[in-house]
Amino acid sequence: MINSGSGPDMAEDLVQDVMLTVWRKAGLYSPERGSVAAWVFTIARNLRIDRLRRQSPQAYEDIADVNLEARDASGEEEAYLRQREKLVGKAMAELPPDQRRVIEMSFIQDMSQADIARKLAVPLGTVKSRMRLAYVKLRERLEDVE
Amino acid sequence: MKIAHHPDSATLVTYAAGSLDEAFVTVVATHLASCAACRARLRDIEQIGGTLLESVDTVALNATALERAMSGLDETGEKHFEKAEPEQSKQSLPRPLARLVTGGLDDISWKTVAPGVAMHRLPTSEAARASLMLLKIAPGKKIPEHGHGGTEITLVLTGSYRDALGRFGPGDIADLDEHVEHQPVVDSSEPCICLVATEAPTRFKGFFGRLFQPLVGI
Repeated sequence: MINSGSGPDMAEDLVQDVMLTVWRKAGLYSPERGSVAAWVFTIARNLRIDRLRRQSPQAYEDIADVNLEARDASGEEEAYLRQREKLVGKAMAELPPDQRRVIEMSFIQDMSQADIARKLAVPLGTVKSRMRLAYVKLRERLEDVE
Repeated sequence: MKIAHHPDSATLVTYAAGSLDEAFVTVVATHLASCAACRARLRDIEQIGGTLLESVDTVALNATALERAMSGLDETGEKHFEKAEPEQSKQSLPRPLARLVTGGLDDISWKTVAPGVAMHRLPTSEAARASLMLLKIAPGKKIPEHGHGGTEITLVLTGSYRDALGRFGPGDIADLDEHVEHQPVVDSSEPCICLVATEAPTRFKGFFGRLFQPLVGI
């Protein structure tokens, strides 16, 4: 949050909001949404869009619960999600630095593709192809579990 | 609905990261609402966020943070304990779009911008940089060949069109960057209605295109 351009105070307010929202929405969690960490990330992301970018996160919320029934993960699902989490971590660790960098700039620093291209002084197409390659790597890793 | 064209995976990465402009988010979300395959892709990518969340250097919160959060909880109370509403929109429009269109597609007040081409602008937050609109193009209508001043994402809602990239029907997304030039022709017997997010004015080529440009204003 501090990384995405908000000052420490603003970031702390956001963290407060995230904690409250996670608490309030805990009953909405479904293992189909992914791991708890991934779900908390989406909550933080939506609040950040709303607060820092002053844009509406409503479209994200509109599809968040499509076809999903809120429930707790079974033991088996929990193990599956933990394994997925580990594989995604592994995929990220294996990314070449230039691919990892665009992923971090996008996820952590909240930078648009155009901003990343400007910052790295590369064409927009290069930023996109690095993202695509990172996605391919992620898919390859995840295929190990499916 | 058989969906043949999906968003670029780089677009989904940016969508998942939350660093995509609101107009594009709306188009992608509307596609996601009817595309289970892309929802699954998205969930994989969102796991990156979860993984990064756990690996980012932590900064100690102000000592009162927990206390404040707890008192915040007391204020909001349990009444906010929401339950997922599986409610679908009244009309058949996917929810991210239904929210922006009062009534259905039939109730839209179209503004004719060129013969056979009508437009309806959709609201976005003030901070949004790209614009969002619905386009309604008559059967057989050719849109002058055009390149893009920036990224443009189009989702077909009804009808279909064909261009050098293939045939685009309901649910299909054309996720195009500034280098793509195309000349879509509506090949359905009903008008083709598309949801379009565009970053910059579309530049039409050629004499007719240049005449067309000020009229269309996209």
